[in-house]
Amino acid sequence: MGKELLVGKTSEFEDGGKKIIPNGKSEIGVYLIKGEWFAYQNLCPHQGGPACEGLLMAKVEEIIDPEKKTYHGMRFNHDEMHIVCPWHGWEFRMEDGVACGDAAWKLRKYDVEVRGEEVYVLA
Amino acid sequence: MDLPTSNIHKQSIESFDTSTLLKNAARQRDDRGLHKFPIVDVDCHHYENESIQEIVKYIDDEVISQMGQLYTAGGTGGQAPFSVAGVGYQDVAGRVTRYPLRKTETTPADDKHRDIHLSLRWMDAMGVDYVCLFPTPMLSLGLHPQPEIEGALAKAYNRWLLENITSREKRIKTMMYVPFGDPEAAYETVLEFGDNPDVIGFMICSVRYQAVHNNAYMKTYALMEELGKPLGFHGNYNWNDNLVGNSNRFLVTHALGFTVYNAVHLCNWVVNALPERFPKLKTIWIESGLAWIPWVMQRLDNDYKMRWSEAPSLKGLPSDYMREMFYTSQPMEVPNRLDVLEMTFDMINANTQLLWSSDYPHWDMDLPCVIYDLPFLDEAQKHRILGGNAIELFGLDVEPRFPNYRVPDLKTG
Repeated sequence: MGKELLVGKTSEFEDGGKKIIPNGKSEIGVYLIKGEWFAYQNLCPHQGGPACEGLLMAKVEEIIDPEKKTYHGMRFNHDEMHIVCPWHGWEFRMEDGVACGDAAWKLRKYDVEVRGEEVYVLA
Repeated sequence: MDLPTSNIHKQSIESFDTSTLLKNAARQRDDRGLHKFPIVDVDCHHYENESIQEIVKYIDDEVISQMGQLYTAGGTGGQAPFSVAGVGYQDVAGRVTRYPLRKTETTPADDKHRDIHLSLRWMDAMGVDYVCLFPTPMLSLGLHPQPEIEGALAKAYNRWLLENITSREKRIKTMMYVPFGDPEAAYETVLEFGDNPDVIGFMICSVRYQAVHNNAYMKTYALMEELGKPLGFHGNYNWNDNLVGNSNRFLVTHALGFTVYNAVHLCNWVVNALPERFPKLKTIWIESGLAWIPWVMQRLDNDYKMRWSEAPSLKGLPSDYMREMFYTSQPMEVPNRLDVLEMTFDMINANTQLLWSSDYPHWDMDLPCVIYDLPFLDEAQKHRILGGNAIELFGLDVEPRFPNYRVPDLKTG
């Protein structure tokens, strides 16, 4: 059985917000994205950067005309948010922590539980 | 400071500190015991443009100096006589946050230059003992249309660097910027600075169109050889190049630019048999990664066997000469098939020829763990690549930090 870590009150989070809590020799980043909770180890699998201390960015998509196959710029897809490691820019899907550039790599994911007003991470 | 992102909320960062950013690097340092042996970073950087007002005061030419003082004091409307760095965004549009935040980092108001404080912070976090420091925007100065500007600024920068940085912090060394666009200025640079103990070699910015085999450079190479200090070629990108800049994505012009300029210079260096003309002059190929080397080795060897008459002064295969050259590791490609990297290490004699480098603080920096964690290296190999090879190559005195240090012997057989 793993340990439970108290993250804080739900009221401390606004949508798109995060909190980083200590966990032994590392940390865990806890996110609230459009009503869903996520938690990942603050450790990039690439070279060990503090991934959760980086920016949150929406997925970038190319705008391709489906008929002509022509390119018409780029846009953000706010339905898919990415955690961006500040050391090298590696991007990870918020949904599952998988690296966008190579699915063989991912952030360590933790379960989050909300009990009443309190948020816990099961580490 | 607010950083604009794609999110509805800007991300606000109250303070930025290199040691905090690199706290996970410090954990790696401690977990792996990186303090137990010397680590030398052969390629790292500072932002000399942040000190440009100090640097232009060292320019000899009074007309160029006046121009420099005017433009570095605020300019006259968007133009700059020294900067030729073109379009680019190494920080991936702010995702690599140390770029936009670095200006908010504070350093002590003492008699040490800010660049010394910043360098020591990241060096200590990673467990790095000694570094070779290079500029950043000046890496593009080889494209300047006025060779006299490259010469004047290079000389000023070199003087400023030695007086304000390397002489004030013994853990920071440099390979002098050689203004290759002006062969006479290049020679004078080596003559003026070559015997300075903080100068551990010479550096040519590879992004340029001068050919390394031009006769005008031979006396400079001879002088370098006589001084016994190596010559490095430092890669860069150039989005304005008609070939390697022919892409709409920075990813491509970076991936190609940092390798192709060095590949061209290395090919010319080898087939013109400059290693035969200057057998004691050691060359280092800097910041091109490693994957390009097996490619060039195989291409040159294959063509050489069919066109021997075009390289008649060679006494062996081009790859034989390349195996005696030195290479910095960063940005080290780590393929998912690690045996490809292991083969590359074997092909370049990494045990003695590979020099770890971080390239910090640039976006694609490498930590010591990129070498230390490789499963196919033993402890002696790791120690040599992370420091021992550089200590031998540059004759670095590491006694102050590692008394009685000996570069480890390699296993034989």
